[in-house]
Amino acid sequence: MAKPTKIREDSPALAVQTPPEAPPAVNKLAPAAEWVDQRSGIGKVIKGALRKIFPDHWSFLLGEIALYSFIILLLTGVFLTLWFKPSMGEVEYSGSYELMRNIPMSEAFASTLNISFDVRGGLLMRQIHHWAAMLFVAAMTIHMLRVFFTGAFRKPRELNWIIGVGLLSIGLIEGFAGYSLPDDLLSGTGLRFVDGSIRSIPIIGTWVEFFVFGGEFPGELIIPRLYMVHILLVPGLLLGLISAHMALLVYHKHTQWPGPGRTQKNVVGYPLFPVYAAKAGGFFFIVFGVTTLMGALMQINPVWLYGPYNPSQVTAGSQPDWYMGFVEGAIRIMPNWEWHLGSTTWSWNIFIPFVGLMGLLFTGLALYPFIEAWVTGDKSEHHLLDRPRNAPNRTAFGVACMTCYGMFWAAGGNDIIATQFHVSLNDVTYFMRVAVFVAPVIAFIVTKRICLSLQRRDAETVLHGSPTGVIVRSPDGGYTEAHTPVSQGEAYTLTRHPQWTPVESGGRVRQRLSRWFAHGQIAKPTAEDIEAASHHAHPISPVDAAADETASIGSGKDAE
Amino acid sequence: MSELDVRDAATPPEPAATPVPDPGLEEHVERYTDVDDRASRATYRQIVAMLGAVPVLVVAFVVVYFAVPISAEFALFGTTWKAQHVLLGGTVGLAILLIGMALIQWARLVMSDVEMSEERHPAQTGPEARAVLAADTKAGVEESGIKRRALIGSGVAGGLGLLVVPALLALGDLGPWPTDAVRAKTIEKTIWAEGIRLVNDVNYLPLKASELVVGQLVNAEPENLQALHGSEYQIAKAKAAIIVVRMDPNSIRIPDSRKDWQVDGILCYSKICTHVGCPISLWEQQSHHLLCPCHQSTFDLGNSGVVVFGPAARSLPQLPITTDADGYLVARSDFTVPVGPSFFERDSSKDFKDGDN
Repeated sequence: MAKPTKIREDSPALAVQTPPEAPPAVNKLAPAAEWVDQRSGIGKVIKGALRKIFPDHWSFLLGEIALYSFIILLLTGVFLTLWFKPSMGEVEYSGSYELMRNIPMSEAFASTLNISFDVRGGLLMRQIHHWAAMLFVAAMTIHMLRVFFTGAFRKPRELNWIIGVGLLSIGLIEGFAGYSLPDDLLSGTGLRFVDGSIRSIPIIGTWVEFFVFGGEFPGELIIPRLYMVHILLVPGLLLGLISAHMALLVYHKHTQWPGPGRTQKNVVGYPLFPVYAAKAGGFFFIVFGVTTLMGALMQINPVWLYGPYNPSQVTAGSQPDWYMGFVEGAIRIMPNWEWHLGSTTWSWNIFIPFVGLMGLLFTGLALYPFIEAWVTGDKSEHHLLDRPRNAPNRTAFGVACMTCYGMFWAAGGNDIIATQFHVSLNDVTYFMRVAVFVAPVIAFIVTKRICLSLQRRDAETVLHGSPTGVIVRSPDGGYTEAHTPVSQGEAYTLTRHPQWTPVESGGRVRQRLSRWFAHGQIAKPTAEDIEAASHHAHPISPVDAAADETASIGSGKDAE
Repeated sequence: MSELDVRDAATPPEPAATPVPDPGLEEHVERYTDVDDRASRATYRQIVAMLGAVPVLVVAFVVVYFAVPISAEFALFGTTWKAQHVLLGGTVGLAILLIGMALIQWARLVMSDVEMSEERHPAQTGPEARAVLAADTKAGVEESGIKRRALIGSGVAGGLGLLVVPALLALGDLGPWPTDAVRAKTIEKTIWAEGIRLVNDVNYLPLKASELVVGQLVNAEPENLQALHGSEYQIAKAKAAIIVVRMDPNSIRIPDSRKDWQVDGILCYSKICTHVGCPISLWEQQSHHLLCPCHQSTFDLGNSGVVVFGPAARSLPQLPITTDADGYLVARSDFTVPVGPSFFERDSSKDFKDGDN
């Protein structure tokens, strides 16, 4: 039983008459913000984030494009689910597209036609969705290349690199699942290709095929299953990984390009509120606006021209969406190696380019930061980006890989190349079989030479200044260009990069790789070099410049 | 301040010192819009104009939605455009784009552009917090008693690990299990059988041997396909599709074992590529080659369907045919080997190889 309440004699509420001192009005939050903060304490989180600094560079926008196209995909995708019927049940089309009237087709295809022809804005949403999907994968790819070539994957960002590789790989699955859904002739052909490829997996291939398709190809389950994968499973994974990707980005703070005042210990740029909120928010609307205009004006995936899926038909020149092109190319140019052992068949002609190549690509990507760190012995944190020329072997390796990918990708259009350029299809195929191996080697050599030349030019610029565009004729008739010293800021930017030094511990392989990685860089000018060059320095005058072109020398001191 | 001065264990060692000292952040340079009042007002007008166009475009969107019929079309630049689609997308797309451009102009030219610097901290948790974390972890492990009662830990780990078994087995009915018996009824079999007529794949009219001329190719299906619908139809069609070609018997090679598989140079092959299963249909009449449009595998129909080019590894299966009493082409049996792409359990020793007789 409850005790009776004790009654106090004095009343503090009445005794304290003076009102609490009102805080100065300028430091008060808006009433709504107060209300939320009193209940969530979210102010503590926002306080740190509101004026968070982001550095400015066009190449940092590439990842944003990927993020924004993902949001566009969510928005337009929700719209499409309102009408799309993920069913392979057979119906007779009775919608308003007359050329398909009374033709038997799957409900999936019929509802796609319905969205395209009978829902106002439906075709627009479909086309925005498809264009945004192309852009999503493209932006992720280019963003990844930016991160690779600038060394932004290095410690402490290796985890975020791996998350990015995960996003790219499941982004491909998401895209493939999506364009398989309409159940038109092209997408059905794509599924047929996947069926044939899954079967090629040694030992378990047939089992995987029967489990994925619910029996034989095409069956009646693959579209409902891909629908679940496309609208729930993979988007959920993407959303989770994107959140982790962004959280780590915020925690690490963005990398920045080297320059005056930009160090490993700071980040220089503009605050999130208001500048980046407006810039990034505005950029979202620009990406959305551009994809909407693309959806309005540029036709994509006109499934009504292809017709419903028919396993006995295919369009000549059939190709997957661009991001599956490298696998398609590999499948096309692979020699027809197949083992027939006893009563088994080992389809290396499909397994190697399909599972092998994709596995190699994504495993290689995921491991690269660790391989490079092992080779260079570099265990330190990096927040300043490498200029690609200053890591010539990494840059050349990256370009070689891009070239290899590009060759596979081009091989995916070997029939188009043959018909457009009037060359033999067989010759194109044979050429590509060689090119995927040889072209990367050439690309590596060329890229490395370009990097080294650019390094030399940087050293020249620091020592001798930059060209002025003023051409001077000397008394004895020679022509030379006058040079002007660079600013201390520029000279600092051009000379602050570390020089690679090979590791001296570890096994033979590691030491050799490390020596190779560090080899061939151009020694950057030392303080003594610059000092020596500056002793030559004269005030810039055309006569001096003409007398000795290398005499017009810049140094940091002169520039100040 | 130079980078060297602030280096600590977490920042990279710079193998060579920077030969030029860091001059520090550049001085802020004012924008034209900061110093010129007219430029500033012009920017303001520009931003307001962009935002002002948005309501106009939205009204236009609403008008188009109700006023332009969905089927309306117009011709421009030599092509036909769906009027409602283009106008809906054009108006809303432009509106969205203008909002974005206005926001960016606001950020670029109106908001302060003074660069700011923020300190960075090493990613790792600080040493004190790490020590607390280690101590807490140790205390937690001690208190749990797992060290003295180790079997609990193994039991939990093992138990959780074993739950994978029911989780995976629950997926066992994702599809029928492709045992020998199941495969024999599914992927190793088609609906072709003795006496089934070959019919045109569009109008289902039976093919008469006497009506085919040399050089002709017909896409065909088994007559009994018509009776099927839905997924049964698709599954059957994905394996049973065939091509019927008539070639001059003197210009092709017919092995002795297949002399009675053809009717006066009329041969019948599976249309499904032995590579990944595309329907093959590009026919070179003179060379008797058949090219798959997907991955360009090329088969020689004048030589029992052997591969002459491309990634396919096996000959195109040939369907033994003959004629019935009325002169129509009929199958003599099902295919003698499974059609379509390879699978692991496929016995590929019975496929025709170049040079077989």
